[in-house]
Amino acid sequence: MSKIIDTLFANLTKITAFLVLLIVAWIFTVLIDHSMDAIKAFGFDFVLEDKWAPNLEKFGALPAIYGSVVSTFLAMILSVPIAIGVAIFLSEIAHAKLKTPVGVSIELLAAIPSVVYGMWGLFYFVPIIRDIFGGVGISMLSAGIILSIMILPFMAAVTRDSMNTTPDILKESAYALGGTKWDVIKDIIIPYAKAGIIGSFILALGRAIGETMAVTFVMGNVHRISTDLTEPATSIPVTLANEFNEADSELYFSALFELSLLLLVISFTIISVAKFYFLRRKRIGR
Amino acid sequence: MTHTQKRILMSRVAMTFSTISAVIGIGFLLWILGVLVSNGIDALNTDIFTLEGTPPGYEKGGLKHALIGQLYLVGIAALIGVPLGILAGTFLSEYGQRSKLAEIIRDISDIMMSAPSIVIGAFVYAIVVAPMGHFSGWAGSIALTIIMLPIILRTTDDMLSLVPSTLREAAFALGAPKYKVILQVVYRGAKAGILTGILLGIARVAGETAPLLFTSFNDNFLNTDMMEPMASLTVTMYNYATSPYEDWQKLGWAAAFILSMFILSLNIIGKLFLMKKKGR
Repeated sequence: MSKIIDTLFANLTKITAFLVLLIVAWIFTVLIDHSMDAIKAFGFDFVLEDKWAPNLEKFGALPAIYGSVVSTFLAMILSVPIAIGVAIFLSEIAHAKLKTPVGVSIELLAAIPSVVYGMWGLFYFVPIIRDIFGGVGISMLSAGIILSIMILPFMAAVTRDSMNTTPDILKESAYALGGTKWDVIKDIIIPYAKAGIIGSFILALGRAIGETMAVTFVMGNVHRISTDLTEPATSIPVTLANEFNEADSELYFSALFELSLLLLVISFTIISVAKFYFLRRKRIGR
Repeated sequence: MTHTQKRILMSRVAMTFSTISAVIGIGFLLWILGVLVSNGIDALNTDIFTLEGTPPGYEKGGLKHALIGQLYLVGIAALIGVPLGILAGTFLSEYGQRSKLAEIIRDISDIMMSAPSIVIGAFVYAIVVAPMGHFSGWAGSIALTIIMLPIILRTTDDMLSLVPSTLREAAFALGAPKYKVILQVVYRGAKAGILTGILLGIARVAGETAPLLFTSFNDNFLNTDMMEPMASLTVTMYNYATSPYEDWQKLGWAAAFILSMFILSLNIIGKLFLMKKKGR
């Protein structure tokens, strides 16, 4: 009797584990299947065409791709130095009494839903951008900055964790040789924690590119490629969030599904690079 | 200036830069938190918990519909996602262990954990909403379940693998079959860890907006029928905040405050659990 239950339980766990693989495969199949109309209609031009005109049944994803790339790039160049600064501050400069409370608050801020960041951006940050740069304030620049603030807690926390893995004995040896704090950071800690830090940044990049709510409020969903950062723009997730419920034709839906597929492939690729090249997961326990 | 002086100066400059960037970063985060708390407390009153949505212009409106809808959506997602995640994690830690298959499932699940949630929404739209012909609470819960599954799976896998092998061996030596060892010894040993995972998983999906936009959609009134569109705090927040009506925007802040406090409490409780476990 207990043998039967044993086999049953073993198989039950196995089936649920396979469910994860099944869901991922299912997501890809469904998205590809629903994108077929658009793929057939536009082929490779979908990603090269810059005209997105639903009323004319013309769909080109270039403005959305451009917006995703530029806003994420902006977010990364703004948040990387700040995240490293916060991490150095937390692991090397701050007094022990300050370390824990500030460190924990940053971790908690990483848990605040992104829709709250978006809301703050719309009501408090966009007016500032409008006052400084003119225009409507709803822009690529606002999106990039708010995105950078949203990913900052995650990046700072993981960078600090990577830096903290440096063995004390290495740091102490460097100090004993007369190294200044900066010498120790740049020649000991950063080289030691490099793989972890880069991996976490790429992971943050993967999250930022798929982030919807922090940017939907402030980007404007305008399908136009402009080099002026203070102009409204759009990105793949922003387009999806704004237009999915409005799509009124088969082809329109299909184009939106192709955008989803594109976003999934991009973020899968970025996250895989982070995981497999930089963050080979060390197994804890057995 | 000697070489040493240069290095000391360089170090000072670098440390000052780090401190300044820390102040900037932490300053922005405090600003957001401050805005959230002051607007949230400002908008809080008992009507929020007892009244449903109203058309704009009416002074009295509440979030009862969104609060209850949110409980349904997240609660049902947890009821499905938690057992599935624990069972799948059990397979990885207890049966699959270091095998190729288990490693592949681990990797794929880890990647899924960071996949864009709006894409999950599009997927659920295609498999649930489109065939049904309308938005529904079920579609929202299914989307949240898919997001929650990899989180529970990973923490269960990690936490079970922390249970010492000697405990398992002792139970086996007493003649217990494997399922009993897992259910009565391994699970018990990893209880606090698994519970933390569940709390963090719930906290994570409770803040999701994007996958609900075109699955559970929204409803300005109380609805407890999972077959129909259902309000959630997050989508309500989005709709109210982007509306031009001030009283709706105020309700949006109240929703943001309530939800953030809920998520922060879950995170704090989870961290305390883990700390207690480490302390022992």
